[in-house]
Amino acid sequence: MKEYKTINEISGPLIFVEKTEPVGYNELVYIKLGDGTTKRGQVLDTSKDIVVVQVFEGTGGLDLQCGVRFTGETIKLPVSIDLLGRILSGSGDPLDGGPRIVPEDRLDINGAAMNPYAREPPAEFIQTGISTIDGMNTLVRGQKLPIFSGSGLPHNEIALQIARQAKVLGSEEAFAVVFAGMGITNEEAQSFMRDFERTGALERAVIFLNLADDPAVERLITPRLALTAAEYLAYEHDMHVLVVLTDMTNYAEALRQMGAAREEVPGRRGYPGYMYTDLSMIYERAGVIKGRKGSVTQFPILSMPGDDITHPIPDLSGYITEGQIVVSRDLHRKGIYPPINVLPSLSRLMNSGIGEGRTREDHKAVSDQMYAAYAEGNDLRGLVAIVGKDALSERDRKFLEFADMFEDQFVRQGKDEDRSIETTLEIGWRLLAELPEAQLTRIDTEMINKYHPAHRAK
Amino acid sequence: MKGTVYRIAGPVVTVIDVPTKMYDVVKVGKEGLMGEVIGIEGAKSTVQVYEDTSGIAPGEPVENTSMSLSVELGPGLLTSVYDGIQRPLPVLLEKMGDFIERGVTAPGLDREKKWEFKPAITKGTKVAGGDVIGTVQETHIEHRIMVPPNVAGVVDEIKSGSFTVTECVCKLADETELTLMQKWPVRESRPVRKKLMPDTPLITGQRILDGLFPVAKGGTAAIPGPFGSGKTVTQQQLAKWSDTEIVIYIGCGERGNEMADVLNEFPELDDPKTGEPLMERTVLIANTSNMPVAAREASVYTGITIAEYFRDMGYDVSLMADSTSRWAEAMREISSRLEEMPGEEGYPAYLAARLSEFYERAGSVETLSGAKGSVTVIGAVSPPGGDFSEPVTQNTLRIVKVFWALDSKLSQRRHFPSINWLESYSLYTDALADWYNEHISPDWPLLRSDAMEILQKESELQEIVQLVGSDALPEDQQLTLEVARMIREYFLQQNAYHDVDTFCEMDKQYKLMKAIMKYSDLANTALEGGAELEDITSVKSKDDLSKVKFEKEFDEKLNIVLSAMDKEFDAIRGAV
Ligand SMILES: Nc1ncnc2c1ncn2[C@@H]1O[C@H](COP(=O)(O)OP(=O)(O)O)[C@@H](O)[C@H]1O
Ligand SMILES: [Mg+2]
Repeated sequence: MKEYKTINEISGPLIFVEKTEPVGYNELVYIKLGDGTTKRGQVLDTSKDIVVVQVFEGTGGLDLQCGVRFTGETIKLPVSIDLLGRILSGSGDPLDGGPRIVPEDRLDINGAAMNPYAREPPAEFIQTGISTIDGMNTLVRGQKLPIFSGSGLPHNEIALQIARQAKVLGSEEAFAVVFAGMGITNEEAQSFMRDFERTGALERAVIFLNLADDPAVERLITPRLALTAAEYLAYEHDMHVLVVLTDMTNYAEALRQMGAAREEVPGRRGYPGYMYTDLSMIYERAGVIKGRKGSVTQFPILSMPGDDITHPIPDLSGYITEGQIVVSRDLHRKGIYPPINVLPSLSRLMNSGIGEGRTREDHKAVSDQMYAAYAEGNDLRGLVAIVGKDALSERDRKFLEFADMFEDQFVRQGKDEDRSIETTLEIGWRLLAELPEAQLTRIDTEMINKYHPAHRAK
Repeated sequence: MKGTVYRIAGPVVTVIDVPTKMYDVVKVGKEGLMGEVIGIEGAKSTVQVYEDTSGIAPGEPVENTSMSLSVELGPGLLTSVYDGIQRPLPVLLEKMGDFIERGVTAPGLDREKKWEFKPAITKGTKVAGGDVIGTVQETHIEHRIMVPPNVAGVVDEIKSGSFTVTECVCKLADETELTLMQKWPVRESRPVRKKLMPDTPLITGQRILDGLFPVAKGGTAAIPGPFGSGKTVTQQQLAKWSDTEIVIYIGCGERGNEMADVLNEFPELDDPKTGEPLMERTVLIANTSNMPVAAREASVYTGITIAEYFRDMGYDVSLMADSTSRWAEAMREISSRLEEMPGEEGYPAYLAARLSEFYERAGSVETLSGAKGSVTVIGAVSPPGGDFSEPVTQNTLRIVKVFWALDSKLSQRRHFPSINWLESYSLYTDALADWYNEHISPDWPLLRSDAMEILQKESELQEIVQLVGSDALPEDQQLTLEVARMIREYFLQQNAYHDVDTFCEMDKQYKLMKAIMKYSDLANTALEGGAELEDITSVKSKDDLSKVKFEKEFDEKLNIVLSAMDKEFDAIRGAV
């Protein structure tokens, strides 16, 4: 590999190299510093005149005398089954003092798009033990379902609880977990690690950590490394893999920073116009492939700047992911854990994962009815604030009470409380039974006769 | 004609030393990746490449095919699943496995398969562009083999029997050979004799669409909404249940699993009109969000060209594009790589022009051969943050005639389809009035406007209720609120996932609305006659009416409910 000493400009995370032989687009680049250390980069733009390289570990310490080598290949992750149990940096180097991975294969971290024709529509119910998810926003194997949260909210606890409790009914096999931390604090990282160790999950986990004080550019490759590892485990080793990506907001910020460094025309609120496409290259790497045993399920976590769901980061994510679980500051203030607001939450794949033979025949109807009733009760709270409870009709008062009970009994549960889907649906029925039966318009008469506590008692 | 690669920046590649015309297809690099010329400046041409450009280096060879980006049109289109540039996904799967690698070409139509061709003309017939020379029974759909638009002459030889799409089936006196397949450049609309005024509704089986905001066959509609509000489900419902002969469904920059879902479901579902599997009338174009962005840009053109081709056979075609915003974003992405002057929100200045050119390709037409055909276009729009004031929504609304406004307030309470009945509109209702009069009932327009009026009234009353509570309203107004709730919950709400409710015939829609209005009339009369509001609103038949839409034996169940309603009101009247 030829080494060039022809950097003619350094600007932010970018270097400009001239007088090279032809260099391929997207190639991996090594940059050797005066002190003997090496940094990695990637070709963003290449022509006969100039090659633009983005440096992952940041350009700190670089000068025009650095040596640049072009590897002639794109960035690859060495993979082997020994990845399990390992803790790696945001660029894939061991952080746990363990040996380098002896690769069985080296895989392009950008992955290729799954042929839509090869996809098996995800339909296997994953029980997380959390009622607001299992009952009303059901997760299935191969889905990408993010947590939309805000600073200071317990999204990490929720993610950990899911990682601990997630199971497919009738299958003994635990999920393997691939965890990618992007720009998270050392303390957050520690608490994740402690939980993984405490529950023995570490043995079945691969961890990539880019911490808050690691270079921002590195965040652009961390989730790609994680997903490459996940795909390898899923499709080469038949494992069901749960990928936790946190915090996607830090990833998007890094993307914006790179765009600014390249002096691109920004899109909405300064984020690059291609952010949708870029995010989709990450989120779409979830799924099930026909004829293969393993699967990749994604649980990205992102904090909504200013709790604003229309901010480009949650907005573009929501347009790609198969729903979202929204963590609410209001519920958190009321002391409710997990403070999941079901109203703006959604699982788009719920319908294929529930019902007879999967969960229970009444699942959809119960969920729809609770949505409608909770939404109505929640609206009435606004009215009560103005006119007082007494101005409400008898019917409305019931709905108002329903909303309170729903939050207190259905939403609220313990951090280690692992509810079965039956328990979740039972709580649902108990609450619905408090409403006048004629108001249960979303539920078939047949289901009411079979599951409504008033009828079952007879 | 050969040249070399000069510069690569993502999907945009600059090539030199090769003469090009705009929209020429070029093969880029050692692997011959397909691209299209989108700019020319001196000796340099800019090419958007339809595949991943990683690893391509300056100096690699470039070849200009000198052909515009075209689709192959002929037997084999139906039931196909293509990417944005008409490569069949099953063939790509076979050639390169579960993930899409690059550098693989695959023709749009199978070259090996033989089709049974039945001639419809004889030697000596004078034919011109658009004339049908024979037919192939493709699925249950008869594929009419036409003379390509710019060809004419006298038939010298016409064959009959089994042919591949590239074999000659008809020879003209000037030696022109016609095959089952023709090609057409995607960025050019196919010619027609003239455009007609749309006068027939597209029946979708969706109550809020057919009942309140209908689109005409050959018309245009847009369905904007934030994520999770129901764009895709609505588009899929339209693809499933619309009463057109052919359906083109374009997944443009959206989810892979949604396409898998369609692929899984459509072969299992039957067209309510013909009883044949839905897939047999469908062409799918799946260029998901993570597939190359330039091919996403091309996908809508590929789709609309195929739609026009079936229209030219005299068929009614509907085309769904989910989502046109992703297409617009692809334009923006390419434009910004070209360092063009950006317009609003970074979109290129030609955004509005491209959108209107696309929707202009919809229409009810008289074809070159004098038949009547139509292309209905329904585009989903994905406004950032759900804000309809953004450029793609605004420019689309200036063009289309029907606006189905999705509303996340409705979807959050699981009111589906979450189409806001106060904001949405259709500009076709007048043009379609005759049709309803003849095919449904003369009182249908009146029922519809009554229902709209009640809903309008409800929203005004709601504002008062927000201040004083509903009990403070006069009783007749409380009744109006109750009837409005019935219209919303019994009529407008429709569950796409319910076996029966997913599709609702016009006749059933009419009867359901009529039943609600019957309650409204009976209730108002009773109230005026001095009956108690409490008694009127607690009649059991009213609650039972909420469930009849789910019944397989709809007519029977409805009649039971209606006669019960008569009895209950008789009793109320008797008690006064
Ligand atoms: N007509 C409908 N009936 C039942 N559920 C619906 C309907 N329309 C939408 N939904 C629900 O809303 C979810 C989101 O709809 P979708 O069409 O995917 O939204 P969008 O494309 O606007 O993001 C679906 O997964 C489904 O659960
Ligand atoms: Mg959608």
